[in-house]
Amino acid sequence: MNDYSITILTFIAIQAIVACGLNVIVGYAGQISLGHAAFFGIGAYASALLTTKGGLTFWTALPLVILLTGAIGLVLGMPSLRLREDFLAVTTIGINFIVESVFLYVPFFGGALGLGGIPSITLLGTRLRGPNFLYLCLVFLAAVLFISRRFTRSWGGLACFALREEETAASSMGVSPIRFKLLAFVLGTAMAGLGGALYAHLMRFISATDFGFTLSVSMMSMVVLGGIGTLWGPVLGALILGVLPEVFRPLIDYRMLLNAAILLLMIRFQPAGLLGEGSLLRRLFRRPGRDSAHE
Amino acid sequence: MLLELRDLQVSYGDIHALEGVSLSVAEGELVSVIGANGAGKSSLLNCLMGIVPARGGSVTFQGKDVTSLPVHERARCGIRIVPERARVFPRLSVYENLLTGCYGIRNSVGLAGKLEWLYSLFPVLEERKSQLASTLSGGEQQMLAISRALIADPKLLLVDEVSMGLMPMLVDKVFEVLSMLNRDHGLTILLVEQNALASLGISSRSYVLETGRIVLEGPSGELLENPRVREAYLGL
Repeated sequence: MNDYSITILTFIAIQAIVACGLNVIVGYAGQISLGHAAFFGIGAYASALLTTKGGLTFWTALPLVILLTGAIGLVLGMPSLRLREDFLAVTTIGINFIVESVFLYVPFFGGALGLGGIPSITLLGTRLRGPNFLYLCLVFLAAVLFISRRFTRSWGGLACFALREEETAASSMGVSPIRFKLLAFVLGTAMAGLGGALYAHLMRFISATDFGFTLSVSMMSMVVLGGIGTLWGPVLGALILGVLPEVFRPLIDYRMLLNAAILLLMIRFQPAGLLGEGSLLRRLFRRPGRDSAHE
Repeated sequence: MLLELRDLQVSYGDIHALEGVSLSVAEGELVSVIGANGAGKSSLLNCLMGIVPARGGSVTFQGKDVTSLPVHERARCGIRIVPERARVFPRLSVYENLLTGCYGIRNSVGLAGKLEWLYSLFPVLEERKSQLASTLSGGEQQMLAISRALIADPKLLLVDEVSMGLMPMLVDKVFEVLSMLNRDHGLTILLVEQNALASLGISSRSYVLETGRIVLEGPSGELLENPRVREAYLGL
């Protein structure tokens, strides 16, 4: 593989991590979020600041970044998740714009110039570049998938599924709606924070516009395309939406148009996504006798 | 009294669904509330569960005022509901639906024994335990909803229009199970029904609800003989 494809794949792996986080919120807990890029950005800025101004290394900063992004997710989620559906969608869009503006206009975050000079990641004394950086992202992606899978098998996951399906019935079973929506939100935003940290140290320069609303929509497209609420859906979605514009290079200017067309076609013909329940792919590769409720 | 409602009022905007309902259920009783469509039966149960807020009045459960408790905390007090139209979780398997019922109390209920007991009550649930709940028939979904409520060992079971949309044979079966649960297991049940004949048949006491008010109450046997009930609800 050449450098070019390695870079593309690294981006895809990072986006897959962030999309997996969004999937926990939207797919598992059924709470719409159109502001996920904000938390991707918070992770990136947090890691950038902690390593440049704070003097930490990527590795010592990472746990703080994940905790911080999750904590901000908790604080922003508390008022937002009391709302439902359209209102929640609008609120999360608002969160995205507010966070982006804070990065853009508060001098501490570098303003319009962004933040530069972010150190590379070193592991065992060597700087991670090219394929090694990709492997690191893949390891983190695997960890995120593992946690997602564990979550779907846990009581917290079951509570989230129940809320997604029938909120009133779930609360009549003793499930506290706000508590489990927040749990999913914190888990999902923490995953976005991890993705953000990787992104910052890959690019080594970040600016507010990297984390705009358009990116949130792309993230949502990945989840919907791959299969909302499935384990591998967000990864497949990130892969397809990451590779397509490269394959059809001449169409790069029409990228958003292409995304929109894909999304419309999916919603019309495969609303559960490529890997969703009853989808074409799933029927082709169904392993007999296996319960596929939320894989 | 296990449950006591005092002057309970519910309204949706300008529409008054309940205009001061008072009723009580003692431990071990099977009480029914009968009434026509729109009489406020579901509002009564939903308000009692906390799903719709009370505009006035109070709900007391085990001597504790629960009027301002949210739904999930009332559930933790031991009140469980079999909702109207079952409301099972469609994209979860039958088994997972049952698991949600003992959320937070899994250690105290003895899951394995409970499942065995429920599967013996409704064998079809065991046959379909790994199927998605959305693939069940209406009657099977009702059985699942009942089992999901029972798995938590409720102190009070609320049953909302369980006979609706079921074929007569299934209605008999479901009512038989409810009656058996009350008789043999001492389960306290508050049943809300349009099917007056069946619910008067299995309950010890009943209330008649008309346009948001209790208009008659008494032992079910007496209500079965009451000319007003016979004419309006039994079509005799």
